[in-house]
Amino acid sequence: MTVQELPGAGASHRSPQPPAWSPRTDAAPLLPDPEPYRVLGTEAADRLDPELMRRCYAELVRGRRYNAQATALTKQGRLAVYPSTVGQEACEIAAALVLEDQDWLFPSYRDTLAAVARGLDPVQALTLLRGDWHTGYDPREHRIAPLSTPLATQLPHAVGLAHAARLRGDDVVALAMVGDGGTSEGDFHEALNFAAVWQAPVVFLVQNNGFAISVPLAKQTAAPTLAHKAVGYGMPGRLVDGNDIAAMHEVLSEAVRRARAGGGPTLIEAVTYRMEAHTNADDATRYRGDAEVEAWKAHDPVELLERELTARGIIDEAAIQAVRDDAEAMAAALREGMNADPVVDPMDLFAHVYAEQTDRLREQAAMLREELEAEDQA
Amino acid sequence: MAQALTRAMRDAMAEDPTVHVMGEDVGTLGGVFRITDGLAKEFGEERCTDTPLAEAGILGAAVGMAMYGLRPVVEMQFDAFAYPAFEQLISHVAKMRNRTRGAMPLPITIRVPYGGGIGGVEHHCDSSEAYYVATPGLHVVTPATVEDAYGLLRASIASDDPVVFLEPKRLYWSKADWRPEAPAAVPGIGKALVRRTGTSATLITYGPSLPVCLEAAEAAREEGWDLEVVDLRSLVPFDEDTVVESVRRTGRAVVVHEAGGFGGPGAEIAARVTERCFHHLEAPVLRVTGFDIPYPPPMLEKHHLPGVDRILDTVARLQWEN
Ligand SMILES: Cc1ncc(C[n+]2csc(CCOP(=O)(O)OP(=O)(O)O)c2C)c(N)n1
Repeated sequence: MTVQELPGAGASHRSPQPPAWSPRTDAAPLLPDPEPYRVLGTEAADRLDPELMRRCYAELVRGRRYNAQATALTKQGRLAVYPSTVGQEACEIAAALVLEDQDWLFPSYRDTLAAVARGLDPVQALTLLRGDWHTGYDPREHRIAPLSTPLATQLPHAVGLAHAARLRGDDVVALAMVGDGGTSEGDFHEALNFAAVWQAPVVFLVQNNGFAISVPLAKQTAAPTLAHKAVGYGMPGRLVDGNDIAAMHEVLSEAVRRARAGGGPTLIEAVTYRMEAHTNADDATRYRGDAEVEAWKAHDPVELLERELTARGIIDEAAIQAVRDDAEAMAAALREGMNADPVVDPMDLFAHVYAEQTDRLREQAAMLREELEAEDQA
Repeated sequence: MAQALTRAMRDAMAEDPTVHVMGEDVGTLGGVFRITDGLAKEFGEERCTDTPLAEAGILGAAVGMAMYGLRPVVEMQFDAFAYPAFEQLISHVAKMRNRTRGAMPLPITIRVPYGGGIGGVEHHCDSSEAYYVATPGLHVVTPATVEDAYGLLRASIASDDPVVFLEPKRLYWSKADWRPEAPAAVPGIGKALVRRTGTSATLITYGPSLPVCLEAAEAAREEGWDLEVVDLRSLVPFDEDTVVESVRRTGRAVVVHEAGGFGGPGAEIAARVTERCFHHLEAPVLRVTGFDIPYPPPMLEKHHLPGVDRILDTVARLQWEN
């Protein structure tokens, strides 16, 4: 007896077929190439734009110097804390360079260098970390959102801003930065999903620097790469060598172009490495070995570009020296700016809580004023 | 009240193209309580938007929209489903003006249907106001009448600061002699109102408990009590002067709200009244609140919610002889 011959078998007893269903998009074009995209040291480097690369090089060297200076300032007690981006300068700088004036940058607490590369005065960029005030600049003036400390929470802001700009017919792209650890947060998911559903002109840049404080990527996610996460939202994911500024610039530019042209968001994972501790308060030897750090040293973003550009005759000793001198001047100005004691007004505590001060705050402000006056007289 | 709220959004949207309504089911459906009914049809889906189902994402996107100059009006579907958005609310919405030293105010209105008394199952009846009032940088308002629903929502949308607009669910269907053709003047945020004058004691309340207090005040007449009833309308800022002025006159006060008593707004109000009216008080300031329990199942909610009898029993204790 065959199955068909069994009693009860036959078409009339089969449950009806569900309505036809098919996925809305072909996933293949959204999938990242699992090998990080590289330009430096490959054939693709033949088409480098010398002028752009000289600019990138100058910014990289300045960025490295900026990192060193900021770290030194923590040792002198001039900065309360500094999350270094040594090793990640190519990501920070490319993010700033691919944006037009009208575009917006949404940095995390680590991304002061991106803000500086976008043109923000370093002292203003470091206001938060210095403890003078939370945000040292007018976000609208520079189109740089306040540095976000709660992880990934700035990402939905980028989506909302880009969406609003598009509703108004303005040509604005938002670029939002987040760390590998931040991709585990709910806000990361919600932001990507909103951006894709709204086709908002946003670029999400994940700097996968290997660790979230002490926790390695393997304990953060089981995804093949973080760029793969894009597919689930219906946006393209790209994997790129985060130490290769030429590759970073190219991939980010392409995503910005796509967003500007109405093509919607992109998720970019930059594979890089945090060479220094999480902040000056962290002890990196507790969770990683020297060998790993040494291996990444050989893949340093500044040296990678310097080697390529020197070999191609795009820069020479004199140009390198000029760039270093310029970086040194920037560091001197930063030192000087930071060595001036910031003027803080205690009455500012109450000035910007509400548009109009409440009675409650007026009362508390009066109390503080009396205390200050008493101190002055003593 | 539902209609007045709808009308307030409609008028605001008609007057100001930067006003955008967004939330879960607010478009085609008009919201689960139909408060946004017709807005998508009249103003298009770009101005009244069905968002993905994600409260943090909704409020977070609203932050970005407000940064770009829009005035988002966000609907949180129910009190207890607003909690995923708390990080955005507390870390960004409430603080952006302050973090940027006034450079970046966020004019966002967050509408939250709150409170019980509608027979809702769990997670649909929380009185969440204590969480909001404890967060500096937010305004927190709650209308109790149809006119205030309109006026306060208009004022909230017009405010340059973020406002948590708490809508007492069980008053959605309350009717009153309100003619939408001639909406009452906007009362403004931060103004309490004496809803009933009296001489023996002051009931201080807001939102869903106002009708209960007014009913209790009527019933108290038989007991020889002439109760004044103050409707706060705005919890932040708290209109201390109106309250203090009333209590100094009556000499006795009871704070009434649905939210739990421990750490609830009533504790703060009672403390402030005591500080400022100490020599006028004939009795300690008492409170009638919901119990300090998770919101109970529908069949038990009547035992939890402050009702007329519990208010009258508390008022009786104000003689403070025993
Ligand atoms: C919501 C939230 N949780 C925890 C923290 C504390 N914290 C600060 S940085 C950090 C690790 C972040 O790692 P990652 O996202 O990889 O960024 P990276 O520091 O490597 O740039 C943590 C846990 C925080 N800032 N915000």
